[in-house]
Order: sequence, then structure tokens, then C-alpha cells
Amino acid sequence: MALDKPYDDIPGTTVFDADMLRKGYHLNQCCMSLMKAENRERFYKDQRAYLDEWKMTEDQKQAFLDRDYNRLISLGGNIYFLSKIFSSDGHSFQFAAATMTGMTQEEYAQMMISGGRSPDGNRYVGEKADG
Amino acid sequence: MAKVTAGVATSHIPAMGAAIDLGKTGEDYWKPVFEGYEFSKKWIKDSKPDVVFLVYNDHATAFDLKTIPTFAIGCADEFQPADEGWGPRPVPVVKGHPELASHIAQSVIQDDFDLTIANEMEVDHGLSVPMSLMFGQPEEWPCKVIPFAVNVVVFPPPSGNRCYQLGKAIRRAIDTFDEDLNVQIWGTGGMSHQLQGPRAGLINSEFDAKFLDSFVSNPDELAKLPHLEYMRNAGSEAIELVMWLVMRGAMDDDVEQVHRFYHVPASNTAVGHLILENRT
Repeated sequence: MALDKPYDDIPGTTVFDADMLRKGYHLNQCCMSLMKAENRERFYKDQRAYLDEWKMTEDQKQAFLDRDYNRLISLGGNIYFLSKIFSSDGHSFQFAAATMTGMTQEEYAQMMISGGRSPDGNRYVGEKADG
Repeated sequence: MAKVTAGVATSHIPAMGAAIDLGKTGEDYWKPVFEGYEFSKKWIKDSKPDVVFLVYNDHATAFDLKTIPTFAIGCADEFQPADEGWGPRPVPVVKGHPELASHIAQSVIQDDFDLTIANEMEVDHGLSVPMSLMFGQPEEWPCKVIPFAVNVVVFPPPSGNRCYQLGKAIRRAIDTFDEDLNVQIWGTGGMSHQLQGPRAGLINSEFDAKFLDSFVSNPDELAKLPHLEYMRNAGSEAIELVMWLVMRGAMDDDVEQVHRFYHVPASNTAVGHLILENRT
């Protein structure tokens, strides 16, 4: 029996369940390796060669090189593991979150200062903001 | 005997740790965030815990995807601050309380809660940010800490009710530890936030306010809230709030709320903070 996924109708959200974990296992483990300073050094010397050491798909490697976080998430990346990439790059969670929403970091930061993204219209796929 | 005297709940946002480490807490952006902890820093100087039982989640630091313990209790003498990609935070080594930790593990496992025992474990911002918020920047942390890591990274985390009932079992264990210790229990994480995907930045202050109310006065009901409600209404990462319920379970049913603070935003997240005391 397939996993029950009542969370599938939450818009713009990927829940990191067992299916996503299987898909992204090696990708996430590769991200994890960047917690070690010596690995970060090797990674930045030749990113492609470093990624080739891992059992990742070509799509995953390309999205990794592109720092395309939405794509990485759709390919099984988990945000806490992906955070090792942008932390190593010297970027904050807010920087990465902004890129996933298609906003500039400034626009995103301003949205947060103004109280964040409203839940209205964002709870269900198809929910109208006015009700 | 050991005694649970107080509970602390707080968000554990990494950017707050960075603001402390980089001396930015007085800046316009951060000032209103850290003002909410001024009372707390004074309060903890007076309440002087011997041990903090600190419920947090590991953010892909000590545990990668090889092994994912739902509940892991740190039974070591000490726990090193982890390098999360930008070098370890400049915070003291966390000293454990292996005797009390082992006593709790032995007790709650036989009370039907199957814990994982961690005898070597690095601790990340989930643990170190709450320590900095409450204690500031001392040379050494002024108390022992028992790290208690809950899986909220891989779905599903434990249910709110499981966390709440586990808190009650932890309380029963601490109550039977034969050493005079002032023990606090902290629940960390939350409040509303979503860090991933096009919906990132979601904040639901109404949800958070209701959560804070029910957490203090009606935790039995709050514990029944399903995962889906947290994720749908308050963001995918708001699921961290189930960890607060471990703390609430370990406190008396009737508690005194001595401090409540809420602020939006800190980076991507709503900051929530409560201090509860047992009346007896």
C-alpha cells in the first residue's frame, strides 16, 4: 500500500517523507559531508568532481551546481541537509528561502518584517485568499 | 530528591545565535527580539537550575539519514558544539549529567517509551541557541544539560500526544532520582515557520497565540492536534512545536506562567517564549 499523504494538498510545500528520503538519500548524505572543513575545501576546488564521488543522478548534480533549491527539494533534498550547501557558501537561511520564493532577499526580508506570508489562501491548493 | 521546578519554551532560530555571536543584539532589527529575553536572563540567575533537561531537534548534524532515532537521550559526560557548515559556534562545551540521564532512560524505557541512548553526540544550534538566550555568553555554562533530541526532520515526527505522554514519564523518572537537584525542562523550536519551497515565509500569528494559550491552560486538548494542522496552518517547520509538549507533560497540570513573549520575525520565523513554574 502506498503511503497515505494527506499533506499533498498543502501548496508550495514538500513533506520529507520516506519516499522523498529514498529519492534523495545520496544527495542529502553528500550535503552532510560539507560539515567537515576538509570536505568543504575539496568541494570548492572542483565541485563537479566532488559531486561525482556520490551516487547522485545527473539532475541532482546539475541542480546542486545551480544551487536550485526548489529543484533539489523536488529531487529528494531536505532543507536541513541543503542548508549545509548554502551555509558553506556563506549564505543564510533567509537568503536560501528568498531564492525558493522567487523574491529578492530584500523583498523577502521586507515581507517577513511586515508579518510574514499570510496563511490565507495558502492552506490548501485552490484556497482563495478572501475566504 | 530531584525536583522539576520550572519549564522554559523557546524558539531556537540559528540567526539568533549568529546575532549573539556577532554582537548584533543591539541593532534595530534584533533589539525587539532580544528584549523578550531580558526578563528570562534575570529569572534564571535567581532560579539557578542544577540540570536542564533540554528537548530540541538535531538539524541533520549528529544524525544523518543513516539512522533516525525518534527520541535520543544524551547520556555522555560532555557534548561538543557542532560545525554546521560555518564552523562551530563559539559557545562552551555542554556538560552532561550521565547519572540522571541514565536513570531517566532506564525508567522511561521500562515505562513503555523506547528511547535511543546516545553516548557520543555533537549538539547543534537547536540546543545551543536556547542556552545562549537564557544564559548569555558565559565562559562555562552554569549548569549540567541532558540533551534530548526528537526527530522532526523526517516525516513523521512523534505525535503531539506521544511527546506529551513522554514528558509525563520523564517527570515520573526525575521525581524518583535520589539526589537533591533543581531540574528544569526546556522545550524548544517553532513557532510558525516554513523554510522551504514557494510557500517559505509563512507566519500564522493567530495559530501561535492560540497555541501559547492552550499550551499553558489546556495541554490535554492541544496534545491531540494532528501533524497536518501544524504544517498546513503554521508552516512545514512549525511541526517542531510538538517538542514543547514534552516539556508541558513534565510540568504540573496547574502551572504559573511567569513570562510570555512573542515576536515576528527573526529571520524566517515567529519567535515564541514561555516560562512556567510549578506551584508546589
